[in-house]
Amino acid sequence: MAVSAEKEFAMDNDVISASEDEEGSDDERKHNKLLQAISSLGGKRRKNQTERSEASLQVSEFFVSAEGAGDKVGLSDLLGTVEKTTGATKTKKQLRNLQNRNETLELPLNKEQTEKIQRSVAYEKSTKEVTNWQSVVIQNQKAEQLVFPLNQEPSGPKRVEQVVAGWKAETPLEQEIFRLLHMNKQPLHDPVLTPVEEASLMAMSLEEATIRRAELQKARALQSYYEAKAKREKKIKSKKYHRIQKKAKRKEFVKQFEERMKTDPTGALEELKKMEMSRMEERMSLKHQNSGKWAKSKAIMAKYDDSARKAMQEQLQINKDLTQKIATLSDDEHETPEESEMVPDFVNDVEPITDPVNPWMRSRIPQEEPEISCVTPDKPQTSEEEEERNEEEELLADFQRRRTLRRTEDDDLIPTAAEEQINTCEVSREEVVGDGTVEISDSEEEEEEDVSQFNTLFKLMSSEKTHEGPAPTQDQQEDEEQLDEGQLRVRSMEDLEVLEEVSDPRPGTPAAPSMPQPTASDPLAKRSKREIDLSEVLTKEAKTIKVALTPTVVEDEEREEQISIIKEAFAGDDVISDFLIDKRKQEEAGRPKVVDLTLPGWGEWGGVGVKPSQHKRKRFRKKMAPPPSRQDQKLPDVIISEKRNSSIATHQVSHLPFPFQNATQFESCIRTPVGQTWNTQTAVKKMTMPKVVTTAGAIIEPLVKEDYIKDKSTKPMGKGPAILLNDKRGAKDGKPSDKHKGRDSHKRRRNKP
Amino acid sequence: MKVKVLCRNPDDYVRETTRDIQRVPRNYDPTLHPFEVPREYTRALNATKLERVFAKPFVASLDGHRDGISCIAKHAKSLSTVLSGACDGEVKVWNLPRRECVRTIQAHEGFVRGICSRFCGTSFFTVGDDKTIKQWNMEPPGCGVQEEPINTILGKAVVTGIDHHQREATFATCGQTVDIYDEQRSSPIRSFSWGVDSFSCVRYNPVETELLASCASDRSVVLYDMRESTPLRKVVMKLRSNTLCWNPMEAYYFTCSNEDYNLYTYDMRHLKCPVTVHMDHVSAVLDVDYSPTGREFVSASFDKTIRIFPKDKGHSREVYHTKRMQHVICVRWSADNKYVLSGSDEMNIRLWKANASEKLGVLSSREKIAANYNKKLIEKFQHHPQVKRIARHRHLPRDVLKQKKQQREMKEAKRRKEQNVRKHSKPGSVPLVPEKEKHVVAVLE
Repeated sequence: MAVSAEKEFAMDNDVISASEDEEGSDDERKHNKLLQAISSLGGKRRKNQTERSEASLQVSEFFVSAEGAGDKVGLSDLLGTVEKTTGATKTKKQLRNLQNRNETLELPLNKEQTEKIQRSVAYEKSTKEVTNWQSVVIQNQKAEQLVFPLNQEPSGPKRVEQVVAGWKAETPLEQEIFRLLHMNKQPLHDPVLTPVEEASLMAMSLEEATIRRAELQKARALQSYYEAKAKREKKIKSKKYHRIQKKAKRKEFVKQFEERMKTDPTGALEELKKMEMSRMEERMSLKHQNSGKWAKSKAIMAKYDDSARKAMQEQLQINKDLTQKIATLSDDEHETPEESEMVPDFVNDVEPITDPVNPWMRSRIPQEEPEISCVTPDKPQTSEEEEERNEEEELLADFQRRRTLRRTEDDDLIPTAAEEQINTCEVSREEVVGDGTVEISDSEEEEEEDVSQFNTLFKLMSSEKTHEGPAPTQDQQEDEEQLDEGQLRVRSMEDLEVLEEVSDPRPGTPAAPSMPQPTASDPLAKRSKREIDLSEVLTKEAKTIKVALTPTVVEDEEREEQISIIKEAFAGDDVISDFLIDKRKQEEAGRPKVVDLTLPGWGEWGGVGVKPSQHKRKRFRKKMAPPPSRQDQKLPDVIISEKRNSSIATHQVSHLPFPFQNATQFESCIRTPVGQTWNTQTAVKKMTMPKVVTTAGAIIEPLVKEDYIKDKSTKPMGKGPAILLNDKRGAKDGKPSDKHKGRDSHKRRRNKP
Repeated sequence: MKVKVLCRNPDDYVRETTRDIQRVPRNYDPTLHPFEVPREYTRALNATKLERVFAKPFVASLDGHRDGISCIAKHAKSLSTVLSGACDGEVKVWNLPRRECVRTIQAHEGFVRGICSRFCGTSFFTVGDDKTIKQWNMEPPGCGVQEEPINTILGKAVVTGIDHHQREATFATCGQTVDIYDEQRSSPIRSFSWGVDSFSCVRYNPVETELLASCASDRSVVLYDMRESTPLRKVVMKLRSNTLCWNPMEAYYFTCSNEDYNLYTYDMRHLKCPVTVHMDHVSAVLDVDYSPTGREFVSASFDKTIRIFPKDKGHSREVYHTKRMQHVICVRWSADNKYVLSGSDEMNIRLWKANASEKLGVLSSREKIAANYNKKLIEKFQHHPQVKRIARHRHLPRDVLKQKKQQREMKEAKRRKEQNVRKHSKPGSVPLVPEKEKHVVAVLE
């Protein structure tokens, strides 16, 4: 409509102008204009308007105008030409079907509803997109420390290689240098490391490196241990030792071989073959036959020199060993247990004789025993034991005397005999066990052996005794303790008194557990099935509340029965005495304790095992002043806690703070110190690490999607024109166009306000 | 032969400089250092006291405007530059380290309603009461050359707010509708409206950059997606929201400042009730801005104070005020997380420290360690009544204090009444409504 109005206006102007320059124009034109003006005034105007398509009354959504009001556009109108065209039979069919259908289509949803649907769909989409950030957000919240700006580029001066990336070698010298570098595969531009270095860096991470290093260290340490051990063993001059060693090795080898026979027969066969080969070689050669130059010279010396003789014998031995058939080795095995080498080491150990002059040292062992057993109060038992022991000791002393005599006679025999002691050991043991008395053989040597055996035996026995002796007494003690614990449940005042005696042993005086037993047992025996007597238990008389008895149908006997049943049921729960015990405990806790302030070594000798003198201890034991009397002192049935201290209360936390689950958690949190006084520097640094670190003068940019969310589908789509425009703008400004990237390479850092 | 030699790291016993204190090997045996809790408690108490002693947040005041400050904008790339628009249509560019005005432009007739910097920092946009959107070059013109905008867009209605896209050459304005403009075109490429209302603020999401949110005068906050043709969702509250700000580190959270003295943090995925209600102001909250770390935000209020809230706490951790500061209209947190700027009615822009007791300037490593330790101690003993008392104490202007007291009483009375009603009515008929759910009227799809 607006367009047509404008036109009209223009025409009017024309009319006026025509009338103004009447003189200069010809008639024809004037006439035309007049006609036009008239026509524009009249009904022709409407006709003209109908010609304009956009101004029609009914405008279809699809730009198809229906001629005249009320006319509907049919499908046939639109597709009239389709019928005439050939092909597309399928669509024609469909169209025909459509045309024949009489059902009316549903009205499209109204605008509001469609918009609502659109909105909800769009909202769902964007929320989904936004939810991608959740992991990042949670990660940032949980992070121990966040350093802003995030994704910081390494600060500091850049490498020359990075700065002059576009630089090219021009002069011949430079070219020469670069060629050399190229030839040696040296890095030229950005990567400063050579490819080899980079590969090695890639190959080994820090963790791997540390693990590897630790392994190497361990291996080195082990190696050094082995070296040291080998050296030590090598230094041992004893030939016997080496012989034993060698034999052990051989045995080990044979054992392994046997095992191998079972597990890996082919391998074992090979081994066998090898051994066979070595045997053959040995038999073929003249080695170890004492036919060489050296052997001959030794043979000459052998007459006079013992060592030479031994060396020769060794050579022969080697020969013998090597040429021996392997099958015989297994026979050897059966024989070996009888040899002295097979006997375990501890058996070979000679009785440690610390002081040969003082033979009584040995009898100390049983004497030390009473230290443990002295706690046992059973006197008759101990006396019996002592008697036994005395007998034994006498016997022992006898042996000892004889032994010392022997030793003085031939001292050097003892060590050699020690090995052979054991052969007879078992026999003698039987004797000891069987008879209880020891027969002393005639031959002196045997006698001596017996003595030593007896010693070892006795030691065993005595150790058994030390194990067995005090053990039952301890058990007894424990039993007593348990009993006491059982007796803790008290019913009456007398019991309580007893309990008190038991429960607080005086400091300093040693506890005598056997003592209270008879006294405790008396009331136990006395204690009949007495009920709790309130007046006895409590100092104050309890108020009795008189309640009108409800008329009971139940007979008296029944009631009494009931009462007794109830009493039986609650016989175990003694509330009142529990309460009293509680109260007494609290009072105990509140009582001042004696503080021992003695410092050992001040004013007298100090050191290990030296105790400060009694006088000093007495002097420095401080008794604290008694606290003000308890508030519930005169209230027998009340416990008033006196833990709360009003002067401290102002500094104490009254409620459990939020993140903590319980008080102990909170306390442990408070108890761990964070300061440098209590922690190492690194620990302090770690503990006091601030949660958020920002640098002054560094702009913190918001998160950038591309850095965090790698999903391709979420990348902005259809941004072509905007980026293009932006590029144009950048070109116009004469600035580089990479500005829109958000993460610019140039960040102004040092322009802090 | 292998020779084993004792070797020590000189770092363990050599001090860094001769001015440094001697290194002393320490024995950390706990028996030698008893009473750790009481000693640390005393230290914590001292640290708290010192923190309060050194809490001097006010840094500078920038004066020069001849009318109330209506808007402030940060420069996108330079920390030292700040732009401000006043109620008389004047725009000033400030240099913060020198604390002086660098440039003055008479940009509009009437209020400068909004101002924002382009993401690259080469130009900035202003909108005013004269229905124009103007783009200005950040560089001042040469000597004797008239200040002229690069580009001017004549709008049909008054534009009340503007915000620029984070990475693209588009910006959004709000007035009667929320319009998305392309910088190269004079007409909006997209225009959102939902019912008849006028908008007071529009903000782009800095992380999920295609999202927008706006505050409308029909007490609602509306969400948009730039790529869609319709708005996304609308949440109607009991009173009008003045401004809002998106969290720059957490894409789906935004906080809006409300006329009912509170601020509300919403999760855009669950608009039914706010995540947190931040209460402390005693008058309408006019502006809000997040710290760039996304951990805290600052709010400006009609009650002449600025408050700093942790993003997930209901109450503020800090309140700033001065005698001369009147109604604070706009507030911004600097991009390095160290300062807060506030523009108020009495024509001044004030620069505050974001952390009141923080020492400015370079810290030596020992100072840093001590500061960290003190902070940790205060955090550790924060629940102890004495520490809490000292750390929480702030001086407030008398009328704010009075109003606060009054409001507390009112709230208590309301609570009591509700309780009584509940007590005397059929159980279940008066449900217990949590504070969070009280403020949302409806969520429209």
